[in-house]
Amino acid sequence: MITVGIDLGTQKVKAVVLKDDAVVSRGQAFSGFDPAKAAEEAVNEALKDADLKISDVVYFVATGSAMEMAPYAKGTVSMMGADAKAGVYLFPKARTIIDVGAEEARAVKCDEKALMVDFIVNERCAAGAGAFIEAMARALEVKLEEMGPLSLKAERASPINASCVIFGESDVVSLIHRQESKPEIARAVFDAMADRISSMVQRLGVNPDVVLIGGVAKDVGFVASLKRKLGVDVLIPDFPDYAGALGAALTAATRAKEGKK
Amino acid sequence: MKEPSSVREEFEFWRWREYHRVVPGKKWTNRDIITAGVDVGSVSSKAAIMINGEAYSWGITRTGSNSPESAKKALDWTLEGTGLKVGDLKYIVGTGYGRVNVPMANKAITEIACHAKGANYIWGPSVRTVLDVGGQDIKAIRCDETGRVVSFLMNDKCAAGTGRGMEVFADLLQIPIEEIGAISLKVDEEPPPVSCTCVAFAKTEAMGLLRKGWSKEKVLAAYTRAMAVRMANLINRVGLEKELVITGGQSKNIGIVSRIEVDLGVKCLPMPNWRENGLDPMVAGAFGAALFGKALYEKAQKS
Repeated sequence: MITVGIDLGTQKVKAVVLKDDAVVSRGQAFSGFDPAKAAEEAVNEALKDADLKISDVVYFVATGSAMEMAPYAKGTVSMMGADAKAGVYLFPKARTIIDVGAEEARAVKCDEKALMVDFIVNERCAAGAGAFIEAMARALEVKLEEMGPLSLKAERASPINASCVIFGESDVVSLIHRQESKPEIARAVFDAMADRISSMVQRLGVNPDVVLIGGVAKDVGFVASLKRKLGVDVLIPDFPDYAGALGAALTAATRAKEGKK
Repeated sequence: MKEPSSVREEFEFWRWREYHRVVPGKKWTNRDIITAGVDVGSVSSKAAIMINGEAYSWGITRTGSNSPESAKKALDWTLEGTGLKVGDLKYIVGTGYGRVNVPMANKAITEIACHAKGANYIWGPSVRTVLDVGGQDIKAIRCDETGRVVSFLMNDKCAAGTGRGMEVFADLLQIPIEEIGAISLKVDEEPPPVSCTCVAFAKTEAMGLLRKGWSKEKVLAAYTRAMAVRMANLINRVGLEKELVITGGQSKNIGIVSRIEVDLGVKCLPMPNWRENGLDPMVAGAFGAALFGKALYEKAQKS
């Protein structure tokens, strides 16, 4: 049985193809102005990779901030629901799932059946999401993917105003002019973000195992800072950016089995 | 120095006009107390030169990545066409976000004090509440009839709802920034404010609304409304006392000004006709700084 999950995020659309509850392929595209079109691209890429056609798919489920615009979808699942589903599928003992994306961060508390029990979200402020790292990488004139490795070279963090992306940008510009070390500035960025996210998670409660998913989970600098701030180990799956889409695909499989139309 | 806008290669919608002006027919001698204020903001740098406490010349440029250089650029431009040299200035006060990085300044004074003082100079002693909305700052300042600060509040944690967001919108919607206020008023009915005014999210926010089929005007109205709500809240928290004036770059945004007036139920004192040799509210901080410079110079002479 083939099912597909589509995660329409603010920056990228991700698609995951499942065959009998095992991942067979993935695809992604930039959301741009037309997320529906990006979703088609992502789905087609993933299906092509697995030598499948749209007609082979039994059930599509969409999630993500633009989920209502998804093509093919027979239904949707909340982003928190998808996080819980994917987190427990990837790590059966997972009880706290942290999802950090481009413009939003959230934490989900779940049970052993992968059902969401409680959640908390940061969605109004870019200082607690991937957009912060992107803006700071621009200000530092380093590539986004270099930020993490760069930050690991630092022993301490520079003093920057990390409560706001815009203020942080100004600070970084003047620090560069004072020729402060770039690694220390990068570390300050991750520490500040991890601070925000760990205090959000602590409000929800930190129940092990803790799993980190979302595009930002690929950033070694953020992961190191988050582990320090949370004081517990944080598990990260392969392809953490596809976890939302995986959750949607798993939901699709469940609904297909239940015979929902 | 060439006017920066004339060397522009392609049209940048966010770019507001940089300019400088000398009051015609005004003469100075070495006996005059000639002072300057340099206001290095996060987005724009302003300088003003005053003769015996009267405005003589002023200029606005964009702040670069180097504050000392931006300060120098603004002051040099303001000196242009006046026959004055930096050495002729008896006292220079630095202010604004980059005030500690104004190398030629004799002293640095906070922009809160300078905006209150400058507003008092531009509009007169009836001013009691000054809202200063700059590139990254929103400040609500209460002052007395001499322009002295009584109390103030500012957005020190978050840049949401500041001028920077308007630049993002101008660029995205391809509307010159100077027209954005008027265009935001071209709606039959005021839409509800956007729920999030984080500058970093402005683009996503606008794209989401455009996708829903909203017109540019309606998107702008919703964002401008949200900005005005934040500003009106800040004024209410500091306590509104008439007369109210608005300084900083957003004082020129009619969409903001008129919405604040509606929300607060008061009219701001009329905008000086700054295009026609009037005093520019965007330069209020620099005027205030130059006035402080005069007072400090006189004090030093007496002792």
